[in-house]
Amino acid sequence: MPSLHLIIQSAVSGLLLGGLYGLIGLGLGLSWGLLGQINLAHFGFLFLSAYLSYQFSTTFAINPLWALCILPPAFFAIGAGLHALIRRFKMTPFNSLLLTFGLTVIVDALIQWIWTADFRKLEYAQSNLKLELSGIYLPYAESLSFALSVLCASAVYWVMKRTDMGKAVRAIAQDPQMSTAFGINQKFITMCLAGTCTALAAIAGICVSLIFTLNPSQLYTWIGVVFAVVMLGGLGSAFGPLLAGMLIGVSESITMVFIAPSWAPIVSFTLLIGLLLLRPDKI
Amino acid sequence: MKFFPMHTNRPLFNILVIGLLLAWVPWLGLSAFWLSFFYLILYWSVLTLSWNVFSGYSGYFSFGHGAFFGIGIYTVAYMCGQLEMSFLPMVCLAGALAGGAGVALGALVFRVKRVRGELFALLTLAVTFIIATVVLNTPIDGGPGVYLNSVQVPKLGPSTPATFYLLILILFVVALLVSRYISTSKLGVALFAIHDDEDAAEVMGVPTFKTKLAALFISSSMAGIAGGIHAVFVSYVTANEVFSINVPLFVVLMSILGGARHWAGPALGAVVITSLQYLFTIGDNALMGKMALGVILILVILFKPDGFLGNRAKANSRKAAKQIADSYGVRSNSAHQDTPTHFHVDHQHAHHHAHMGESAGKRQHSSEVLLSAKDLCMSFSGLKVLQNLNLEIYSGEILGLLGPNGSGKSTFINVVSGHYKATGGHLSLSGVEISELKAHQIAQQGVARTYQIPRPFTNLTVFENTRLVASYARGISLTQATPFAVEALEKVGLGSKIDALPQDLNLHQRKFLEFARALAAKPKLLMLDEVLSGLTPSEIQSAIDLILSIKAQGTTILFVEHVMSAVMALADRIAVINYGQLLAQGDPQEVMRNPQVITAYLGKKLDNA
Repeated sequence: MPSLHLIIQSAVSGLLLGGLYGLIGLGLGLSWGLLGQINLAHFGFLFLSAYLSYQFSTTFAINPLWALCILPPAFFAIGAGLHALIRRFKMTPFNSLLLTFGLTVIVDALIQWIWTADFRKLEYAQSNLKLELSGIYLPYAESLSFALSVLCASAVYWVMKRTDMGKAVRAIAQDPQMSTAFGINQKFITMCLAGTCTALAAIAGICVSLIFTLNPSQLYTWIGVVFAVVMLGGLGSAFGPLLAGMLIGVSESITMVFIAPSWAPIVSFTLLIGLLLLRPDKI
Repeated sequence: MKFFPMHTNRPLFNILVIGLLLAWVPWLGLSAFWLSFFYLILYWSVLTLSWNVFSGYSGYFSFGHGAFFGIGIYTVAYMCGQLEMSFLPMVCLAGALAGGAGVALGALVFRVKRVRGELFALLTLAVTFIIATVVLNTPIDGGPGVYLNSVQVPKLGPSTPATFYLLILILFVVALLVSRYISTSKLGVALFAIHDDEDAAEVMGVPTFKTKLAALFISSSMAGIAGGIHAVFVSYVTANEVFSINVPLFVVLMSILGGARHWAGPALGAVVITSLQYLFTIGDNALMGKMALGVILILVILFKPDGFLGNRAKANSRKAAKQIADSYGVRSNSAHQDTPTHFHVDHQHAHHHAHMGESAGKRQHSSEVLLSAKDLCMSFSGLKVLQNLNLEIYSGEILGLLGPNGSGKSTFINVVSGHYKATGGHLSLSGVEISELKAHQIAQQGVARTYQIPRPFTNLTVFENTRLVASYARGISLTQATPFAVEALEKVGLGSKIDALPQDLNLHQRKFLEFARALAAKPKLLMLDEVLSGLTPSEIQSAIDLILSIKAQGTTILFVEHVMSAVMALADRIAVINYGQLLAQGDPQEVMRNPQVITAYLGKKLDNA
């Protein structure tokens, strides 16, 4: 039986990591739920952003957080452009999945070409900072990404519920033709939304570069758990992925403590399948 | 090059010839490198063909093919590599286990009605990761991987690579035969129908659950056998490689590229992509190869979403329909294609039947109850659409079912056809309780329906649309169903459109295709859901003639309609429902004078008016 302290510590770590799961899932779920596009390129963008953030702060030797000012806007433009392409070809959700998979393969090859398949670790001044709360450690990067995740989810929630833009987005998701008939500029709004999703991938990518040692092959290992988060959290929901991410993160780390780290991947999928079979209406 | 001609038996012949020719290859004196290269091409072809048999045909894209393939690999790796069992029986076991896993997974997820399309894809991906974790953490692998160097393989060819080549070649030929056979079989056409409109297929008599399970079994067991052979070919297996995302993604890519609806499309895609990959690997450009793959995938999705052989698959099925039409001598009255066909109601025939039905008058019917609803209830999470509805339909009559919008007419049809399961009450057809039956069983009992907005299977020809329904609803083979389909199509005047795809039909023709499908099923009870809406007056007249001629054959008709003139002309009796309850029923003239009915339609008179 592991000590109580260890259990609490790993639950907290899992919770913080779950925040990152939620942040990655947020953009993916928004584009799936509201645009009807299963954007596998989300993972390509995630890692592209992580590598760019790594390169940026290594080259200029500055705080990696400056990347937050540059990468998200740039990725917003990329995402909006990609969406314009997909719109032009009127794609079914499934074809959008295949198309964006092709894109992910290209991005993956590109990353290997530029940064090789070697492991890369971003070194920065705050990397060893920890906050200690009565014996429980909160590492800097994990806490930061958790905070960003909460911030992004709240911002998305606020925009969706309180602004005209958010109402327009929800109207389009519900009935695209009707919304156009009521004067909503569908093309502009959906491009903004797609751009936002990609910008969220960029933010998540910066967090990934702060926490993990980077390797191109890891791109695919995120797919499973993040999809589990999105589907558990609900498509197009703002706080859903964050909550689901926290649930999965905590259950994973508890599994690691009680059974073995190598069993952790089974948790998210078992949760997902269980939920799907027991409460299919909730997906 | 006419490699795949359309005559029914030519493809089978071609497959065997190709197989025999390829069987010579090991004796050509090629190096082990080339034999391995050919092995890989055939191996990917088998994986892709096996995936396509279920996923390509039915549209349920599985990302879990790696799981079935992996089960095959690890069955052989564990049984042969660690327990030193002999090879061939274990390959068979690999197929059985993978097939069993496929059926188990299918039985689990297809029970959930909402699991469709992309949800299924991700679920199967999740299962792959779960199996990988289990393999990694148990003695099956345990982490370091399994060596299979010492496994004895029966010697088929002059060398070890030749043996593997021949093993996979046998499987390749089998896979091609299976793929071809299914694509023209009753099972295959049902899978195509599921691809296009699963709910409609079920309501028209296709046992969708069983069909999916059967195809998934064939698909996953072939993948398992391929995995079993491949395990010994690579001679060292690790969980990370086996369960990587590569297998599911490559098979999807290859199928799409080649054309998932053509039986040979997946093999073509596999040949192209495996060759391309090898080309780049030889040139030491693996990264370029990867990028090229990505670009190809994107270009195909954008510009050729049906794949290389997609158009050929369509052309083949149109040609087959055309041949049927010719062999039955269907009149091609193409001059009147867009004008509604007028029906010559065979009056003598009609009279004859009317006499048989104990009465000659139009407004009479037999006293035998065909369908009886007792206290029928249907509610959607609290919203009660049918509330203790009691209604009887007599044999041989046309019952007009009326009611304001939202009164429950369409829901009633959906409940009777089994699409919705009643939340209470009883339904019986000729005295047999049907409320507990599945939709396809009810269809097989002799209940057919049409949809207000036609729901043809969009990728099947008009002929195949009709024949499929005849075959499943009557429980006969496709060949036996052919004459019924042709007859039904001629009756509704779509004889000249027999080889058309639904997209080439106008609204009126699509509505008549709905009729044809229903007729081909030879139902006891035919439920027509607003067949007249959206038709021009002359089209309405031809539809009315058609309905009368259907009645003359002894079919009972339930008729939901808003075109009142047609209702009054056609109906023997009228039932009016409102708020899911029976308001009035009886002779049409009397019912329409009923004050309650008038109130329901037009509202209450103001007292002081």
